[in-house]
Amino acid sequence: MKTNLTKILALLLITGLVFQSCKPKNAGNASSSGSAEKAYVAPGKYDEFYNLVSGGFSGQMSVYGLPSGRLFRVIPVFSVDPEKGYGYSEETKPMLNTSHGFVPWDDLHHTELSQTNGEVDGRWIFGNANNTPRVARIDLASFKTAEIIELPNSAGNHSSPFITENTEYVVAGTRFSVPPDNANGDIPIDTYKENFKGYISFISVKKESGEMDLAFQIECPGVNFDLSHAGKGKSNGWFFFSCYNTEQANTLLEVNASQRDKDFIMAVNWKKAEEYIKAGKAKRIPAKYAHNKYNEKTHTATSEMKKEVLVLDAKALKDICYFIPCPKSPHGCDVDPTGEYIVGSGKLAALIPVFSFDKMLKAIEGKQFDGSFEGIPVIKYEAALYGEVKKPGLGPLHTEFDGKGNAYTTFFVSSEVVKWNIKDLKVLDRAPTYYSVGHLCIPGGDSKKPNAKYLIAYNKITKDRYLPTGPELTQSAQLYDISGDKMEMILDFPTIGEPHYAQAISADLVRDRSIKFYKINENENKYVTKGEGQAKVVREGNVVHVYMTSIRSHFAPDNIEGIKMGDVVYFHVTNLEQDWDVPHGFAIKGATNAELLIMPGETQTMKWEPDKVGIFPMYCTDFCSALHQEMSGYIRVSPKGSSVPLSYSLGKTKPIAKN
Amino acid sequence: MKILSITILAAMFMLTAACSSSEADTSAQTTETTATSGGQENVKDDDSQQDVVKVAVGSKDHSTLVAALKQAELVTSLSNAGPFTVFAPTNAAFDQVDKATLTALMTDEKKADLQNILQYHVTVSALKADYLQDGQVLGMVNGDNVTVSIKNGKIMLNNSATIIASVPASNGIIHVIDGVLLPPSK
Repeated sequence: MKTNLTKILALLLITGLVFQSCKPKNAGNASSSGSAEKAYVAPGKYDEFYNLVSGGFSGQMSVYGLPSGRLFRVIPVFSVDPEKGYGYSEETKPMLNTSHGFVPWDDLHHTELSQTNGEVDGRWIFGNANNTPRVARIDLASFKTAEIIELPNSAGNHSSPFITENTEYVVAGTRFSVPPDNANGDIPIDTYKENFKGYISFISVKKESGEMDLAFQIECPGVNFDLSHAGKGKSNGWFFFSCYNTEQANTLLEVNASQRDKDFIMAVNWKKAEEYIKAGKAKRIPAKYAHNKYNEKTHTATSEMKKEVLVLDAKALKDICYFIPCPKSPHGCDVDPTGEYIVGSGKLAALIPVFSFDKMLKAIEGKQFDGSFEGIPVIKYEAALYGEVKKPGLGPLHTEFDGKGNAYTTFFVSSEVVKWNIKDLKVLDRAPTYYSVGHLCIPGGDSKKPNAKYLIAYNKITKDRYLPTGPELTQSAQLYDISGDKMEMILDFPTIGEPHYAQAISADLVRDRSIKFYKINENENKYVTKGEGQAKVVREGNVVHVYMTSIRSHFAPDNIEGIKMGDVVYFHVTNLEQDWDVPHGFAIKGATNAELLIMPGETQTMKWEPDKVGIFPMYCTDFCSALHQEMSGYIRVSPKGSSVPLSYSLGKTKPIAKN
Repeated sequence: MKILSITILAAMFMLTAACSSSEADTSAQTTETTATSGGQENVKDDDSQQDVVKVAVGSKDHSTLVAALKQAELVTSLSNAGPFTVFAPTNAAFDQVDKATLTALMTDEKKADLQNILQYHVTVSALKADYLQDGQVLGMVNGDNVTVSIKNGKIMLNNSATIIASVPASNGIIHVIDGVLLPPSK
């Protein structure tokens, strides 16, 4: 009887399951063949868009194709990457230098493409380091990190790296207010209100080279600056930052930073700030922060420690910063393509306020203030408010725009993307996400000119969405076709790290600028070897420099003797190839760092301190040719004081080079 | 057991066959992975600590609340990562509400009102009873506030409902209350 019952139940269950899977899928489902075709890019065909996705706690940035969701590259930015030798080679180590020394890891939350006239231009993409505050610039010709600048007086650089409409500035705001660097920080934590400050940074970007410089900082009250976006068009010249913890709590923020009904959006008049700087109102304050640059000619990074920063005092100058009340711990702070509407997403709010730039200006002119907060004027909520989206969903986080008058907001708690009309504030469509969406991205969706064919939702939780992989599961991206009135999910793909914000750009704006190799005759690395005939090994005391080349399918030299215990050996490997997609790798048995991955025409250096006497093989790690397996060699290590002469060879033994 | 497996396989085969013949253009590559509706409440997981919804479902004193949460389509949200504090009125508490009103609230026409009331029982933050203070104002999910008062060790909400038990859940905490909280009328 029991067996029969079990049998019946099992049958019923299966019947149910199968029938359920037979059901036609709703709009939020990617499994109908029509939807699948929309995301299908045939083998050998190119995607329509690049999707440049923050890697979250991986510290890196990833590059996907859309609509296929294929992963092309992980760009090392703030974390070491042994796969690419980033942070391990002598040339790249300075990229991760900070005022705290070499920092091998960070947490990259947001990506922002450079813009010209408010439109994405495909030159660079910026990324923020959330932990040890920094901003990076990645060159989209090489897809390498070109520059990293550290931010003093900051902690938890979250509201970053958002840019002005001609990439004049990249901004950064401190999420964890702290005492300024040159103030005494050895103070009780519960003196937050008196001693902690929130600094926002404006990093200038040179028009042609992209080189960054910390132009100025604005000292603001101690709160948590969360996200930001620049004004555009009519509101160009202003920047908007969301702030939470206006309670100024320093413990159990989960409870204590959720007390007030409204926190703020801070509007910053950066053109006014520029005027004050010209008028000499900024102070030069001692500071210490690293500025690291990667030189494409020397293939080498340098790190410079900067000594001071220009600081403006928001309270003293009265009219560069204004607070706009915004309900319940605003997170996303997004400006529509016209620059008129500023959307604040209070993650604990039951509505989405939309502020009007014109009304805000009028309110400032008419001094429609509701007192001040820590000396900063607070604009009356209604005076700046255009309107509210009522009951849009639960837990609003971020908004992007389609350029057709619609906004798309993510809701973490109700796990959905909601499309709404900016003018009448009416909800038009809802699409579920699987599960717990954070950021979203529309190509150009935070610029003046969105290219709104797709929307990508980045989910924090995937639970049962993929085959399980133990306690840690992948995060995911979900692609929606938004070309019609209704959002239609067409693809669901796993991501690296934890994706936060992302940008997408038409491949046409990037593809043709991509470089194929570095010209060997333009290589200015101090230790370059421009031909096999110049390969050599040079001893300077206990330091040995190996000037090595790699070309299909050998290293020159590939036999080295006379290395002794106590030596510090530098392998400067130049890849002589002048061909697309032929990097060579380099690794030595027992080396305590990582491989080198050397692009054609590039020189990279591995530092090696042999730990014992014997023969150490070295080999090429990147399958380069039919005789890749032959691309190897040996290094002989002798005891300290040994009489084995230094020698090196390829195919035959050569005499020792003279210094 | 073996016979059972074969029976199941046969049943599956038949149903799958029926399925593909009725949807001839659904190619083999379209694997079914998605639940048709809902979210994390559909995740099959009997091992992890239970979330606030599962705890409520497992309580025989909360069948009215659970039915209301389902009707108000709040199950997906409350199965999310949270953290949530749910003030969970017992069945007895719901019994104090006028029966006609309660019945009306369970209709589709009144869904927005039901959502408003239920969202007034949830705040995003896991507030242990220790964190609640006399006079504390809590911002609830519906946008209105609930005021906490503490008298003789009893924690009351809006002076109308008392916390009678607290149950931790994976994504927050449930405080069982003896009254239904009504949002301020507007």
